Amino acid sequence: MAESTAAVEAGDDGYAAPGPLREFWLAYSQSRGALIGLALVVALVVLALGADVIAPYPPNEQYRQSTLVPPAWHAGGSSAFLLGTDPVGRDMLSRLIHGTRLSLLIGAISVTISLFLGVLLGMLAGYLRGLTETFIMRLMDVMLALPSLLLAIAVVAILGPGLANAMYAIAIVLLPHYVRLTRAAVMAEAGKEYVDSSRIAGAGPLRLMFSTILPNCTAPLIVQATLGFSTAILDAAALGFLGLGAQPPTPEWGSMLAGALEFIQRASWVVTFPGLAILVTVLAFNLMGDGLRDALDPKLKR
Amino acid sequence: MLAFVLRRAALIVPTFVGVTLLAFALIHLIPGDPVENLSGERGMDPERRARLLHEFGLDKSLPQQYAEYVGQVLSGDLGTSLTTHEPVLAEFLTLFPATIELAFFAMMFALLLGLPAGIVAALKRNTVADYAVMGVSLTGYSMPIFWWALLLILFFSVQLGWTPVSGRISVEFDVPMASGFMLLDTLRAGDWSAFRSAVSHLILPSIALGTIPLAVIARMTRSSMLEVLREDYVRTARAKGLPYWEVVLVHALRNALIPVITVIGLQVGLLLSGAILTETIFSWPGVGNWLIHGVQARDYPVVQGGILLVAAIVISVNLIVDLLYGVVNPRIRHG
Repeated sequence: MAESTAAVEAGDDGYAAPGPLREFWLAYSQSRGALIGLALVVALVVLALGADVIAPYPPNEQYRQSTLVPPAWHAGGSSAFLLGTDPVGRDMLSRLIHGTRLSLLIGAISVTISLFLGVLLGMLAGYLRGLTETFIMRLMDVMLALPSLLLAIAVVAILGPGLANAMYAIAIVLLPHYVRLTRAAVMAEAGKEYVDSSRIAGAGPLRLMFSTILPNCTAPLIVQATLGFSTAILDAAALGFLGLGAQPPTPEWGSMLAGALEFIQRASWVVTFPGLAILVTVLAFNLMGDGLRDALDPKLKR
Repeated sequence: MLAFVLRRAALIVPTFVGVTLLAFALIHLIPGDPVENLSGERGMDPERRARLLHEFGLDKSLPQQYAEYVGQVLSGDLGTSLTTHEPVLAEFLTLFPATIELAFFAMMFALLLGLPAGIVAALKRNTVADYAVMGVSLTGYSMPIFWWALLLILFFSVQLGWTPVSGRISVEFDVPMASGFMLLDTLRAGDWSAFRSAVSHLILPSIALGTIPLAVIARMTRSSMLEVLREDYVRTARAKGLPYWEVVLVHALRNALIPVITVIGLQVGLLLSGAILTETIFSWPGVGNWLIHGVQARDYPVVQGGILLVAAIVISVNLIVDLLYGVVNPRIRHG
């Protein structure tokens, strides 16, 4: 008995068919860019989780004797502050590491809110059709008509500046993409036979929507959520930079940049490093998103 | 064709209505009503408050207020700025040419570099040139442009002293503004040094704003070109003995450009988003800068009117792109 199961699993030719996870990994690891993206994201997550241990100093601790110390490899730099200090003597490296935690948190929270609402609305639109669909989709059209940063600014104008409100604003900006994707996927799946058979077996609309159909629409949503991380981080930094997002002394990369503007000529490092951190993080998520798309959605692969 | 145009144009009416609703809601969702904001810390006696509410029309029902708002918008009245006391529409129209000028040159920069880069990457697929183009394009796509703009200023303006740091033209020039487009106005005035000054002020903001569109266009051109190069008619053209460059530039490129045109149209919203950041950094006197000042000063009529106008522009441009696409591709028109 045990032997025959093993034979089935191994297939007739004796080679085991790869499991779904393994198959996914084989496809994903094809691309060097995707692997670099994954490695960077893992490193960033480690930095974010271990910020308290890894960062040499507390992010808001001011060392008044050491303001605007250049990075260690510059003349006048000190090994005590590897990436130098900012205008009020805070350690740049520690602030950047804590900023990683903040940026990933902003990404995670806004993408989660947006994904949850987006899937719900998209599912309703795609499953119920009719007036519900028209209403939801027209609303999304309106939101898409506004350039993303402008929409975020409009939301912040209503809610007031601040980190939490910036996250809500970004969640709203990301929303139409998830709604559209879910609706399209649901409409493609809803007519298939497995859905019919589940309905005939007595599944109610809620079960059909979330338990039968949804698991088959996840691939594009995962890809979009990964790319949503990069949009969220970029927009949050832009809002912080404009003074509409995280407020000082929060070690958020965008507001760090804004606070350092007047020192750009004297101390370029206070401007260079936060921007570099944003670029690397956004790049990492974009690389990972592209890799996921190629691996999960072979149709789009070239 | 006319039916196609009308059908597409009708589709945007609900979106316009939605945008006016959004702009209307903006004012009503803000905590505290305008009268309360006027009264400030000291408060206001109930009688005066009631009179002001009546004066602003805020004592009417919401649907009534909305209907009046739409009526005002349709007659071109977008309210008055709380800080400058100028009509919002007039302010927008004065500043808009500066934004168009910047966006136009940003797009030129993106096209002039992006199209050739994409074509080269497609022709030299999987070579160093391809990887370089794709790497640069991915970096450009991930770029926080407010930081990129600062780096450009730091290097070209501060270190090398090649370009000015901010503004549209040096203060010593006093050019009569006829069109609002600085380059045209300086040319019309025949003032060459003013023209040179205006051009040098445009370079860095255009590069900063054009970087993301450049990345998108290069990527899109590459993948579109790769697809077209596999087509039978390209092989046929080669087989009948046409030179390689002619096949690429005449047969392939023309068809590869169709999806690229759509992408270019879709960049307009992105350009306006980017203009907000670019204009803020370079103190460029355009609508992006104006809107941010409006938000920071809590000048709600400016924010409301600005959002409405920008949305209207994006919707209209998308409609035009849609129609152009129908003109180039009959399958869409009759679909």
